[in-house]
Amino acid sequence: MKAAVKRRSGSRWAGWLFVLPAAAFYVVFVIQPLAMTVQYSLYSWDGIGVATWNGVQNYLRVFTDPDLFAAILNAIKLIVFFSAVPVVLGLAIAATIRRIAASRLALVARTVIFLPQVIPLVAAGITWSWLLSSTGLVNQLLTYIGLEKITRAWLGEFSTALPAVGVIGAWVLLGLCTLLLLAGMSKIDPALYEAARLDGAGPLREFVSITLPSLRQEIGVCVTVTVVAALASFDIVYISTQGGPGNASMVPGLEIYYLAFSERQVGVASALAVVLTVLVIACALPIQWLTRDRSS
Amino acid sequence: MVVILGGSLAAACAAPGSGNAQPTAAASSAPALASAPTCGTEPVTMKGYFETGFPIAKALTDEFTKQHPNVTFDIREDQFAVITQNAPRVLADDPPDLMRLPQVSELVKNNLLKNLDEYAKVFGWDKWPPSQLQQMRMAPGGAVRGEGSLYAMGLNFSMTGVFYNKKLAAQIGMTTPPATLADLDAAMAKAKEAGLAPIAQFNGGATGGLAFPLQDLMASYGPAAPINDWIFQKPGATIDTPSNLQATQHLEKWIKAGYFWKDVNAVDYATMMSRFMKGDGLFMFNGDWESGNLDKQMPGDVGFFLMPPAQAGGKQAAMSAPLTFGVGANAKNADCAATFLDWVATDTQARTIGVQVGGSHPMGPADAPMPPIAAGTVTESTLAAGAKIAEDNGSMDFIANATGAIYAKSWTPNLQKLVGGEQTPEGLLKSVQADYVSQVKGG
Repeated sequence: MKAAVKRRSGSRWAGWLFVLPAAAFYVVFVIQPLAMTVQYSLYSWDGIGVATWNGVQNYLRVFTDPDLFAAILNAIKLIVFFSAVPVVLGLAIAATIRRIAASRLALVARTVIFLPQVIPLVAAGITWSWLLSSTGLVNQLLTYIGLEKITRAWLGEFSTALPAVGVIGAWVLLGLCTLLLLAGMSKIDPALYEAARLDGAGPLREFVSITLPSLRQEIGVCVTVTVVAALASFDIVYISTQGGPGNASMVPGLEIYYLAFSERQVGVASALAVVLTVLVIACALPIQWLTRDRSS
Repeated sequence: MVVILGGSLAAACAAPGSGNAQPTAAASSAPALASAPTCGTEPVTMKGYFETGFPIAKALTDEFTKQHPNVTFDIREDQFAVITQNAPRVLADDPPDLMRLPQVSELVKNNLLKNLDEYAKVFGWDKWPPSQLQQMRMAPGGAVRGEGSLYAMGLNFSMTGVFYNKKLAAQIGMTTPPATLADLDAAMAKAKEAGLAPIAQFNGGATGGLAFPLQDLMASYGPAAPINDWIFQKPGATIDTPSNLQATQHLEKWIKAGYFWKDVNAVDYATMMSRFMKGDGLFMFNGDWESGNLDKQMPGDVGFFLMPPAQAGGKQAAMSAPLTFGVGANAKNADCAATFLDWVATDTQARTIGVQVGGSHPMGPADAPMPPIAAGTVTESTLAAGAKIAEDNGSMDFIANATGAIYAKSWTPNLQKLVGGEQTPEGLLKSVQADYVSQVKGG
């Protein structure tokens, strides 16, 4: 009896021992920076000298400074481009590719659509800023089809800069969504489709009644990943517009970077980072809850 | 795990920054010197942190090693934006002997730069024209710039004004540079009528290049001294003055008349240069760091003039700034670094490099020898412009240098809004002044 108890407690400790390396990394590289960010957000600090206690002043500024609040609103607007467009378009493309799954065209289409995921975001940003420049390919095509009137420097005008950044994001994320959804579709039992067809269902009916409900979890993953990408966007905006013109495409990620490293207001930057983290969690959790598999 | 957690919790309890070794003002000043220091005869390796894309610093250090074989340089290079962000950390953790500096106020406030007063005394820098060193002087504590102790040194000093394409100028019958602002306006109007782009300028991303014509217009409408006071953070200084409002309204007139490219808000500096060199744009507001480049790319086709005054015969002013280098407060070879900086300004070969590689006027005494320059080049006219500015006491620092963040976070978005019709001249100056006040106060 005694020996058995001893062995049990020993194995409990052994379990912890196995977790220790991973836990140590997690604490040092995730928990500690997070805790330090929260701590910094309560101080006024230039990053070098000794900081002074600032209480919740930095948080008040995040919500009252119109520039900072506008950045948060821009991130929310970007969700339309980063999330809604890739998921909806991705569904349509995946359904189309699945129908021609056996042909060589499907392989080519899959590769082409996934390519943006492989290209570094910085390269994508640079390429798109050429495409969207006043003499770029987009304007050349518009001129060619007689729409010369609407040509403009898409990334340089107040009304079009944010949507133009959104288009770049949609292009990048479309491949990821399509591939995820396609993988989900291949798991669906073909017998379901066969049965539906015997019952006289058309392609649309099949899609709405079989494909969509079966993809619940995959759609959940797509929406979560893309919403987080929209809220935490940085690279694409930094490369293509740097937040301009006149803050029209400023997003929180870029604002945090400017605040911390060019304005040296580490406190306000940290406060904005904490607010952004909370916002991301607040958006991601309900999506997870809504799309989780109830059957299991 | 407990230890790690405990450690991070302990760190979390103290105020951020209190664990760093805080350099004090006393440590950053050099001890009194009886005679000019040298680099000695023992092998010395100088640690340098320079700006990418500006070959002058490397050319000078190579020549210095040639003349002083015991001194070698270990150089790290970065883009200016990266240097700006890294400067405090690098100077605090791993102080270079020689470093290209961004705006110095915040660095001096944190006691990160060596006070160069003693060197200035023994080398006789304090006998040079005072305007050369003014921008690198800081009052105690780094509160006000433009006076007090010397914290940096220039490799040369730049001059700004208006470049023009001589071929396009001939097309519209402009044979001499405009003498007044009205002449300049008339030339722009003619160019527009002739279907040419009157102004080549950049205003995209985080770099609002319309700050160049704006500050030139400010100096055209009003005196230069109050603008410098504002840049140097003199208490009570404001950018929101009646003459600056006239200048901003004038800039808006140019925007509304379509004198800038339609996509100016999406044009960066490199795009502006390549378009101007391709012949797109009559005038370009820029500085003499491009003189050598333009002489090479468009030989004989480019002219330069200082921004004309609003009234004929009025005083002229220009943005003119030293290419600032400093010495870390805890640098190992400060004496040798100071020796190098003195050599740059006084050695004949070094001064030649300053002009030929750097394109700008060397630092140093007013009567120091100048290298020969080919007649009719842009370099010749930008150097001559320097003499006129000295005579009119019209040297200004850049309005973009008033604080570390005023350019990216205030001038640029406001100027982009002015182009887009989303900001008024009055609103622009009020908004910049409000940002300035909050940034000077710190946060």
